[in-house]
Amino acid sequence: MTDLLYSEEEEALRAAVRDLLTDHCHAAGVIARTESDAPHDLALWKALTDGMGLAGLLVPEDRGGQGATHREAAVVLEELGRAVAPVPYLTSAVVATEALLACEDDELLTRLAAGRTIGVLAVGLHVAPGAALKTARLEDGRLHGELTGIADAVAADVLLVPADDGGLYAVDADAVTVAPQVSLDLTRPLATVTLDGAPGRRLGAAEPAVRRALRAGAGLLASEQLGAADWALTETVRYLKERKQFNRPVGGFQALKHRLAQLWLEVVNLRAAARNAADALATAEDVDVAVAVAQAYAAPVAVHAAEEALQLHAGIGMTWEHPIHLYLKRAKADSIAYGTAGAHREALAELVDLRAP
Amino acid sequence: MTDIAELQRRTAQLLDAYPPATTERLDFLKARFDAGLAWVHYPEGLGGLGAPRSLQAVVDAELEAAGAPDNDPRRIGIGLGMVAPTILRYGTEEQKQRYLRPLWTGEEVWCQLFSEPGAGSDLAALGTRAVRDDGGPSRSSEAESGGDWVVNGQKVWTSSAHLARWAILIARTDPDVPKHAGITYFICDMTDPGVEVRPLRQVTGEAEFNEVFLTDVRIPDSRRLGEVGDGWRVAQTTLNNERVAIGGMRLPREGGMIGPVSKTWRERPELRTHDLHQRLLKLWVEAEVARLTGERLRQQLAVGQPGPEGAGMKLAFARLNQEISGLEVELLGEEGLLYDDWTMRRPELVDFVGREAGYRYLRSKGNSIEGGTSEVLLNIVAERVLGLPAEPRTDKDVAWKDLAR
Repeated sequence: MTDLLYSEEEEALRAAVRDLLTDHCHAAGVIARTESDAPHDLALWKALTDGMGLAGLLVPEDRGGQGATHREAAVVLEELGRAVAPVPYLTSAVVATEALLACEDDELLTRLAAGRTIGVLAVGLHVAPGAALKTARLEDGRLHGELTGIADAVAADVLLVPADDGGLYAVDADAVTVAPQVSLDLTRPLATVTLDGAPGRRLGAAEPAVRRALRAGAGLLASEQLGAADWALTETVRYLKERKQFNRPVGGFQALKHRLAQLWLEVVNLRAAARNAADALATAEDVDVAVAVAQAYAAPVAVHAAEEALQLHAGIGMTWEHPIHLYLKRAKADSIAYGTAGAHREALAELVDLRAP
Repeated sequence: MTDIAELQRRTAQLLDAYPPATTERLDFLKARFDAGLAWVHYPEGLGGLGAPRSLQAVVDAELEAAGAPDNDPRRIGIGLGMVAPTILRYGTEEQKQRYLRPLWTGEEVWCQLFSEPGAGSDLAALGTRAVRDDGGPSRSSEAESGGDWVVNGQKVWTSSAHLARWAILIARTDPDVPKHAGITYFICDMTDPGVEVRPLRQVTGEAEFNEVFLTDVRIPDSRRLGEVGDGWRVAQTTLNNERVAIGGMRLPREGGMIGPVSKTWRERPELRTHDLHQRLLKLWVEAEVARLTGERLRQQLAVGQPGPEGAGMKLAFARLNQEISGLEVELLGEEGLLYDDWTMRRPELVDFVGREAGYRYLRSKGNSIEGGTSEVLLNIVAERVLGLPAEPRTDKDVAWKDLAR
């Protein structure tokens, strides 16, 4: 039976990641970083990967990883979402890693698992599992073309590029041009990757690898969204207990209490959906339905939580200094990442035989 | 400590002594109760073995596999879900011995005399009076010591009152103290003189609920549950269990109201429209997620870590039932204009997924009212789970008799 709870080991992992983030990932620092040339926090990345080995959670021990499962990776993502941490965990340690697991390329997989190499799948962040892909052109063994909307590409050491021959190629970041795009989500920036005769090493067939990678990305993104939504709810409840208007704490007004109680319900539901997806990915049972359900549910909830947080913080929620905007931007971008809720509902219509007219 | 092996041994023993194929239903249920396999987490002698609650599933599965009769928990849901835990916690030894066995076997049906015309969400405002009368001749069904209470008042929304042998009743015993402090909890004999049950016809056309008029009903003091004036605290046990009972059903995928509408969608492609498709998929996802939340709550309970999620389950199911059944009526188009049967009936049990879409739509309107309105439950979540400040109260320190009515 699906295990929807957290094990003691998972809670210990959560506590360790949260401690690290509490010490090294302050909202003010994240905001300052978004305005610099280096939006990613590579010192934090080093602490998470070198220090704790978290980049290798999904990689078997005999290939240099931790031999853990998606359940543990989901817990890490909950905490990274709660801190809206600017690290390429989802893109490198989950999505690119899953693509490499499908290809069985042990050399690169081992490097990603160690965290010293950051890998990024060169597929637009908006692409849903199973959707059509934009590919690079293979000519005389070299790759050509422009791929847009590639998340975390500016931090990548290696790009995994699907090409028009049906193969997936490893391309060194040094061999391509990565141009940052101005992104809605300041903490998971997008970039355009231009390949102008770049050399690539063929890893395997692109289609199954990309499908597997995006499905894991979509499924575990729900846990990141859960973390962010949980932060928004917790922070807003805390603020409304303190903030006074009309000589009463604002949180005592029924109109606001009902909105927060409703949001709590949504977060509770999201936790069950996210855990279900993580467990399904870990056990390889009912995966497609579990992932589609989780993404169809998670995106609207995470956006709703961030929007409620902004509205209920009122004026202060509208400022650049308060971190709510980081969460709103992340949540809204996440609602498109790896397929919109609508795209996942469409997938579900096929999976559970509720077909369109 | 009773473990799985011990429960399996006892279950096998019961099945040997009372083969389901040749044993009368009620005889089997009585024997099951006496073997401690009714609700294994209850104490020995009261239908249980003091075992962990999660092990009940082991017993249920073995008995079901052997074709043993169940005790039809839907019909006797009030007794099982609400009365039993209250009696177990607050009842005297005599009360536990008298009431729990026939309650569990279904020989005696229970109803709940709580709500009043003027005391719904503000339940503690109730005005039904119970006055101690030590002098008069006892008209109660049993001769009792400790005197009688004489009860007068009116209750409403009482499910099963027309079938019930017993009722749990809260009544005001002291009007001179604030409203929560002057309430006492009783067990009322529904066959006693002065108890009048009138059907209350609802929007569905049937009378599933009743009004109950209490006129000089005599209740012996031995049928008081808990201390005089402590009825509000006792009632909290009942009410908390009510919400768990309403929201805590275990469902397979598509097990709730989403099941029939999904089936109709699959079988009748001519009814499909794009708008309905979008709404159906959205509700399908929400129903599946609510089901997972229920499952997660049960897993938490099984490992002894009850979460606050229970408070939200009833809210979620009420909204979903209403939206899904509303969608179903629309999906049916021309047929949605029809209704299966407006005959005034008095059903023995409520079947939320039985009957047709129109009935389900109308009946589900009660889901956000019965057992605590959704608005009150949202307040409870906000205050008890999120710790937000309570609404300002003007009635807290005022004697009940001085409150504006």
